[in-house]
Amino acid sequence: MIFQTSNGQRRKKLKGKPLVSIVSAGLSKFGKLEGLYAREIFAQAAKEAFDRCPNLDPKKDIKALFVGHMGESYEHQGHTGATVADWAGLQHIPATRTETACASSAAALRAGIFAVLSGLYDVVMVGGVEKMTHRTTPEVTEFLAMASDFPFEQWHGITFPGLYALMATAHMHKYSTTEEQLAMIAVKNHHNGFLNPKAHMQKEVTLEKALSSRVIAWPLKLYDCSLITDGASCLIITKPETAKKYTDTPIQIIGSGQASDSIGIYERESLTSLIAAKIAAKQAYEMAGIKPEDIDIAEAHDCFTIAEIIAYEDLGFCKPSEGGKLMESGETKLDGKIPVNTSGGLKSKGHPVGATGTAQAYEIYLQLTEQAEKRQIKDARIGLAHNVGGSGATAAVHIFRRE
Amino acid sequence: MSEQPFTIEQFYKHINQGRLMGGKCKKCGKVHLPPRPLCDKCLSKEFEWVEISQKGKLMTYTIIHVAPPQFQSMAPYAVGIIQLENGLKIPGMIRDVEHEKIKIGMELKMKFDTSIVQSQWPQWPRYYFKPA
Repeated sequence: MIFQTSNGQRRKKLKGKPLVSIVSAGLSKFGKLEGLYAREIFAQAAKEAFDRCPNLDPKKDIKALFVGHMGESYEHQGHTGATVADWAGLQHIPATRTETACASSAAALRAGIFAVLSGLYDVVMVGGVEKMTHRTTPEVTEFLAMASDFPFEQWHGITFPGLYALMATAHMHKYSTTEEQLAMIAVKNHHNGFLNPKAHMQKEVTLEKALSSRVIAWPLKLYDCSLITDGASCLIITKPETAKKYTDTPIQIIGSGQASDSIGIYERESLTSLIAAKIAAKQAYEMAGIKPEDIDIAEAHDCFTIAEIIAYEDLGFCKPSEGGKLMESGETKLDGKIPVNTSGGLKSKGHPVGATGTAQAYEIYLQLTEQAEKRQIKDARIGLAHNVGGSGATAAVHIFRRE
Repeated sequence: MSEQPFTIEQFYKHINQGRLMGGKCKKCGKVHLPPRPLCDKCLSKEFEWVEISQKGKLMTYTIIHVAPPQFQSMAPYAVGIIQLENGLKIPGMIRDVEHEKIKIGMELKMKFDTSIVQSQWPQWPRYYFKPA
């Protein structure tokens, strides 16, 4: 009953119709980008998107920019919209920052979709950026924790990994999910990231190594956690009708959903699923006119391994309780029925928080345009991106289709 | 009592006195812990204070090994979410028990640590849970 939303009828009218088309995309190298400032990293991503689309004149055609950026604490720098627009060479266009914690650039993508769908602009750039690695781990831990509740969670010593650990313990207790199944997510995503030249940590990890890594917040260990990473990502989106003017291989966005929940996980209905993600997925599937079984590939928000297992269930890839078993079956590996996190995910590609949402869309774009090289999934036609803010107080889901 | 605002600040003033207090909506009866200025169920802003049971059961927990600077001296420490006798939920540290003996479903009761942290803001006391 929680899924009955008032604009369901409107979404049904959009059923299967493209909202916008992606005509180009860019991604900086992900990793420890020493000596680089966020605006410089964003410029790298923007340049790749410009070069990929020679039929587009960025200065003339791009009419607005939306950029996801979580925190000004890292670089003592806020006002990110205007800053990155300027450094991407897009002076004087309206440029706005969006913030929904780790889902900040999925929110930028949605703002871009609204801007194009409204008819106000034909071509818009959306993206995200975060520069994190120059700060100490306790500092980054503190900045990231700001996305969780302060007076009742942070104040009582609950860290960000601690929140996902609370969900992991509940999932293990209720559904008999195992620490081995969590570690298998890490092994899978590190294998995929090993094949991605832009991934932060391009190395394979064994199950034994993941399981014996040091405890961060039991039951989560070091290899259950995503990486502190620098990086930027962007997409150029247009009206679907004019996309072919810019590229022969536009990728349509056919579904977009976003929802919110209590900031404190203790107030939520469930400790083993993210209601916001379920609602966002329901909206996106309904708008796209498809079902979970129609999805060929997905990027899921694996900020912690348990988050990917919960995502399988919330997205309908399996029944609630069966996320661990789905991982164990191998069906979410590169050669499985529904490969998840072909990019390496947040776990191995890295998690520059503001950049993650559109970096997921970038991977889906590469896959659907057959540019994913060693990790290319054959004949992928429909892809999904699932981006979560904080411990699940925000979630956004997008569905993409090859034209 | 009616002049006390239904705020987080006031919630912690009650904690300082060893009391766990919630705000009960006068219109629909929903009890909010912590109190809120606006009922999220019926949007009323009329509340009354109610005393909440300090006993409950452990719903889930974790052992924090990597702690923020202000908690580093306590690590590793346990935190959990406790469902109180009336169904309301609250997170907190679990102390005075070996970590191996912590089990989901165990009975816990709230204790108060009112030695105020010397920071400019906030000056809230802390509470924690121990086996009942």
